[in-house]
Amino acid sequence: MTPVTLVVVASLFGIGTYLVLARSFARVVIGLALISHGANLFIFTTSSRTGSAPIIENGTTGLTDPLPQALVLTAIVITFGVTAFLLALALRSFLLTGSDAVEDDIEDRRIARLGTPST
Amino acid sequence: MKSRPSPILDAGMAIAAGPILVFSLYLLFAGHNQPGGGFAGGLVAGVVVVMAWVVGGTEPMRRILPIRSSALLGTGLFLASATGFASLFLGGAFLESAAVTVTIPLVGSVKAVSVLIFDIGVYLVVVGMALWLVRALGEEGT
Amino acid sequence: MTWLVPTLVAGPILAAGLTLLMGRRLIPQRIVTLATVGSVFVMSATLLWSADTSGPIVVQLGAWEAPNGITLIVDRFSAIVLSVSTLMLAAVLLYAIFQLGKDAVDWWFHTKYLALTSGVVLSLVTGDLFNLFVGFEVMLVASYVLLTVRSGPNEIRATMSYVVINLIASALFLVLIAVTYGLFGTVNMADIASRMHELEDGTRTALSLLMLAVFGIKAALFPLFMWLPDSYPTAPTPVTAIFAGLLTKVGVFVIIRTQTLFFDSGGPSTLLLFVAGATMVFGVLGAIAQNDVKRILSFHIVSQIGYMIMGLGFLTVAGVAAAILYMSHHIIVKTGLFLVGGVVEREFGTGALDRTGGLLRSHPVVAAMFLPLAFSLAGLPPFSGFVAKLALVQEGVGLGLWAIVGVSLGVSLLTFYSMTKIWGAAFWGEAQESVDRAGIGMLTVVGLVVAASIGVAALAGPLIELSARAASELLDPTIYIDAVLGSSA
Repeated sequence: MTPVTLVVVASLFGIGTYLVLARSFARVVIGLALISHGANLFIFTTSSRTGSAPIIENGTTGLTDPLPQALVLTAIVITFGVTAFLLALALRSFLLTGSDAVEDDIEDRRIARLGTPST
Repeated sequence: MKSRPSPILDAGMAIAAGPILVFSLYLLFAGHNQPGGGFAGGLVAGVVVVMAWVVGGTEPMRRILPIRSSALLGTGLFLASATGFASLFLGGAFLESAAVTVTIPLVGSVKAVSVLIFDIGVYLVVVGMALWLVRALGEEGT
Repeated sequence: MTWLVPTLVAGPILAAGLTLLMGRRLIPQRIVTLATVGSVFVMSATLLWSADTSGPIVVQLGAWEAPNGITLIVDRFSAIVLSVSTLMLAAVLLYAIFQLGKDAVDWWFHTKYLALTSGVVLSLVTGDLFNLFVGFEVMLVASYVLLTVRSGPNEIRATMSYVVINLIASALFLVLIAVTYGLFGTVNMADIASRMHELEDGTRTALSLLMLAVFGIKAALFPLFMWLPDSYPTAPTPVTAIFAGLLTKVGVFVIIRTQTLFFDSGGPSTLLLFVAGATMVFGVLGAIAQNDVKRILSFHIVSQIGYMIMGLGFLTVAGVAAAILYMSHHIIVKTGLFLVGGVVEREFGTGALDRTGGLLRSHPVVAAMFLPLAFSLAGLPPFSGFVAKLALVQEGVGLGLWAIVGVSLGVSLLTFYSMTKIWGAAFWGEAQESVDRAGIGMLTVVGLVVAASIGVAALAGPLIELSARAASELLDPTIYIDAVLGSSA
């Protein structure tokens, strides 16, 4: 792991966390995608020697560990599927409520009602 | 989606779709010993599905490919998991692969691998998924 | 016997493919799904018998030797959880068929259910960390789509928070896999366990905490449980029942498996016991504040998870055995309670306690089925919860850990209090207008689940012996390691 990848992974997680905490569906989805990319890149850094192919051919000397790449591929596919599902949810929520905002949950609404004086 | 027909996209699609599909099949069959495989091939074929939607929307796609995405997914899942069971029935370990080399006239010697059936299953699942996605998300007002 | 293990995982996937091919024909879909889930249960029970008599069953997929290939392993612990889980999967499937009856709007319910089954089974039998991730994801993706069967604004919001929390947990899981692979160069759990002693103490503690956090989100441990009571109650009853019974318990299963296999500390773990106590207290306090059947029951899931972690926290054979017994009892009772909650909801069209009442007079059968489940959850004798709690408390007293014993007994009382709240509002009181009648089929299934729960109480002796054998196997990681890697390693 080089300092560059370290910084990239850390900023992906940081930016992703910031976006996930936002109130808008679209930002949450993008934030989650960034966090997953960060995690995938982190796995990728464990494949030690970078720059060579993960395939043994006649006369190859140095080779990259292929397993992290296989793991990352699987993880990317899963994240892709879930992100597509989230987008479908966001679209459905937009069509139902007409806004992109994430609503308060039931508990928060109950507590908020307790705070306002009843008229 | 009522999109205006764009001649450039139309023509581009007509030229590109065939070669891309052939390439996806190549990837599918080359997967045993070389880079490729059912998943990569399926993704490339999925690109054609998405391109077809970009060009013409969902309606023409239904005409050209009058097949339910669920049928593709179902066949794919069935083939992939059945391959595992086949090797089990033949006394091997689950998903153990076997290879036969046959010589077909005019083509030459072909190495047939049981994993290929599994790969075809994966290919179908990926294409079916792309089709499902485009149909579910691509239609307006869903 | 070994062929059973991959069949458990791939069988449901094969059947899922078949149901997709059947299109919108519900009857064949139901037959295939029932047959599959039923036979998965029979196979799990066979595996339990085999694992108990002749040791762990190990399968190397594609004949690739461990630690290079993918390993599936069934030992006593996973076989017990597997049998109980698949029994409940079959019961809830029956209930769903009776409940949805004619108006099944969701054509792919069975496909999703089979995918869920496959994910649960894979998570329970897998022997490597990455396949555990895959199993979790299969299970979760199936649960996401099952949660949105009814897609009104409220369901969408609840599903959204559920998906977001779980995606973050999955990202952390990937980080965990990256760290583990970076440290050991393998994701095979037996291989990791055999080389854990090479690590420095600090690194090992960090790894242990990371694992606890990742699986703690899935298992809804304190302080990571907030997502659960919000998302579960919005789903249709059969879906909530199976989620409540199974999904968090798969998380608990993995916590028990990883903590015992990787981190042998040789003494009660203060951290685990603290987490256990806090989970119990916060869960039950949340339940008392609620006013809806399903929401009360959802908070109880959280508080009950605490008891299982308490048993694990003792890290003794008797403690872990009690945790295993508690888990099996809880899966059955919790599923049953949610099914009864579904019947109440069906009757009144709502689960809000101020709009229900009088079920005792109009439906004595439902009342008769609710009581043993509620008493069992609170841990009253002679029901199944009592046996498990007694085992936990005995071990706690034996170890002299009075604080956690006191907390667990107090929480039991509060659990009983909130159960009486449901009883008072839904079963006693003025009869309210009933909207729809629950069919005889639904009631029969609930009756079967109640019978299973009573069965756990009746067979307590043999079951606790079985759990003790499973626990001693768990606390001796060399059995697991040798089974996977061969004794030469």
